[in-house]
Amino acid sequence: MMSTYTYPRYPYRISPEQEAGRLVRHPVVVIGAGPVGLTAALDFAARGIPTVVLDDNDTVSLGSRAVCYAKRPLEIWDRLGCGERMVERGISWRIGKVFFEDDLRYQFDLLPEPDHKMPAMINLQQYYLEEFMVEECARQPLVDLRWKHKLLSLQQHDDFATLVVETPDGVFTLEAQWVVACDGANSDTRKMVGAEFTGQAFQDRFLIADVVMKAQFPTERWFWFDPPFHRNQSVLLHRQADDVWRIDFQLGWDADPTEEKKPENIIPRVKAMLGPDAQFELEWASVYQFACRRIDRFRHGRVIFAGDAAHQVSPFGARGANSGVQDVDNLGWKLKLVLDGLAPETLMDTYHEERALAADDNIANSTRSTDFITPKSAMSRRFRNAVLELAQDHPFARPLVNSGRLSTPTPYLASPLNTPDEDAFAGLMAPGTTCADAPVRVDGRDGWFLGLLGGGFTVVTFGDAPLGEVRAGGIVAPVLRIGIDAADAKGRLAERYDGMDGTTYLIRPDQHVAARWRSFDPDKIQGAIRRAIAA
Amino acid sequence: MLHAMPTDAPRHDALNRTPNIPDPDGFYEELIESQRLLSDDEAQLMNCKLILLLANHVGDRAVLTQALKAAGGAGK
Ligand SMILES: Cc1cc2nc3c(=O)[nH]c(=O)nc-3n(C[C@H](O)[C@H](O)[C@H](O)COP(=O)(O)OP(=O)(O)OC[C@H]3O[C@@H](n4cnc5c(N)ncnc54)[C@H](O)[C@@H]3O)c2cc1C
Repeated sequence: MMSTYTYPRYPYRISPEQEAGRLVRHPVVVIGAGPVGLTAALDFAARGIPTVVLDDNDTVSLGSRAVCYAKRPLEIWDRLGCGERMVERGISWRIGKVFFEDDLRYQFDLLPEPDHKMPAMINLQQYYLEEFMVEECARQPLVDLRWKHKLLSLQQHDDFATLVVETPDGVFTLEAQWVVACDGANSDTRKMVGAEFTGQAFQDRFLIADVVMKAQFPTERWFWFDPPFHRNQSVLLHRQADDVWRIDFQLGWDADPTEEKKPENIIPRVKAMLGPDAQFELEWASVYQFACRRIDRFRHGRVIFAGDAAHQVSPFGARGANSGVQDVDNLGWKLKLVLDGLAPETLMDTYHEERALAADDNIANSTRSTDFITPKSAMSRRFRNAVLELAQDHPFARPLVNSGRLSTPTPYLASPLNTPDEDAFAGLMAPGTTCADAPVRVDGRDGWFLGLLGGGFTVVTFGDAPLGEVRAGGIVAPVLRIGIDAADAKGRLAERYDGMDGTTYLIRPDQHVAARWRSFDPDKIQGAIRRAIAA
Repeated sequence: MLHAMPTDAPRHDALNRTPNIPDPDGFYEELIESQRLLSDDEAQLMNCKLILLLANHVGDRAVLTQALKAAGGAGK
């Protein structure tokens, strides 16, 4: 197996502190260099936080786990300097087809809204994603990425934590003002702080196979319920880079994982699907049981949890890495303000409030998909099949078909950091929502709106403004005047933000709307900044 | 201007529990007849489709929840 990808081996280096036997207290230590830990390192460094990352391994994710990345994480990675490369290397797609028994029953089009920089969705093997981020980390002087560093134990104090770490050179101790645990679904850190991680495991097994083939299939997502080549179960086919195709075979609860993982048992399944003459090679395969679980609190003292360490979802809907990256987006700026003493420590608790809400939303969505794909009773299977049969001729049934609801951001509509609207607005950009992108022109050059946001708080106003920046406490929010500093190249900003002369938005450092008004009022903007940092 | 509503008019957000089918015996016969030639399995599948079609026709989420409860469902 494995023919298209060579795993990089990243060099282990002894750290100066271990070598010198010196105890160093770092501002932030990230545990785990998976997609979420790597994104955290890049985000924290971009915000000016020197960040140590510890990973017990020395390479990228084994086999291809995640495949689909949605627009919002791509926008975050774009802010961190590696989004364009991912899109270039990845496969963009928008058509999904759903088959039941022998027939195509329904097809959907992600129909991405025009005039966003990032596509609705790309497919890319997780190892490429991680490799690109490791390379970007190497370009960032504030990121100190340490391979072959395994966290053994952790002890919390009032305002720091002590970490005992094992490397090929032995065991040493370091300290961190904040620990960000991104050590995956089996998080050791979670056990070390005694956190609960509860939810449900689904009574089903899936064979996930990556095959290399020059296929005649179009670049679309194909999902079969009960196809003739794999009776009573579902199958998913999805394209990745390098002519690698992902195939998921639902196996049922009674399947024997060890047997099913053997190539001699996998190949006949793939042949039954592709035909006896299909030319393909098996690249990687694994058998999974999926579960949905969430940690009780995303913050335990000085230890913050993100990614799979905080929440696990079944992969239907591609919400694992996608939501983990959004955890980090939410966390980085809060951490920076608290470290700098510009915001109270209680701001860190809003990380739990906002991201636990998102995790619950993701878990609800992927649980619903899993229940549709693996009905729990004979009667629910009948309902499922009824939906699939009706979908062909009756449009009403199509939205009921659920082979995975693809990841979209969960707006923080009830967040205490929002300033509630006092004016009327049309459109989607309510406080707590991720900012929509749009084409702009700056100094005669084409660019994107999101590229102008994200360094810190930004005040965006349509038309002229009495001030060039708004200050509140130690925070300085520059004012971006649409029509003066940046032109609304295609009118999409006015449309998406319901912008009229005077309309003013306060945007958080994670590109979420904090507040909006119909006129520019410095007092109100200051109040909204204070509220958005929990001051 | 306010229009006075007769008190027994069905509210839009409430499940209608009063007789509403003009031809009860005829409807019932048609319902049973529609499944006469079906096996139990086929009839069950048809019931599912019927529920889905009618639920979509009703459309009102609150009414659907009331109907699920009135039919003996566990509810949320
Ligand atoms: C079959 C499958 C398909 C999927 N498809 C998608 C998809 O399409 N889209 C999507 O968004 N997600 C998908 N996912 C989920 C995605 O793979 C995960 O959500 C993602 O890998 C989580 O990233 P993470 O960084 O939180 O954790 P991980 O990727 O698990 O990384 C954790 C890291 O921590 C390190 N570590 C662990 N313990 C220690 C320790 N004690 N000390 C130091 N380091 C440690 C590990 O070596 C590892 O590098 C899929 C998952 C599977 C299994």
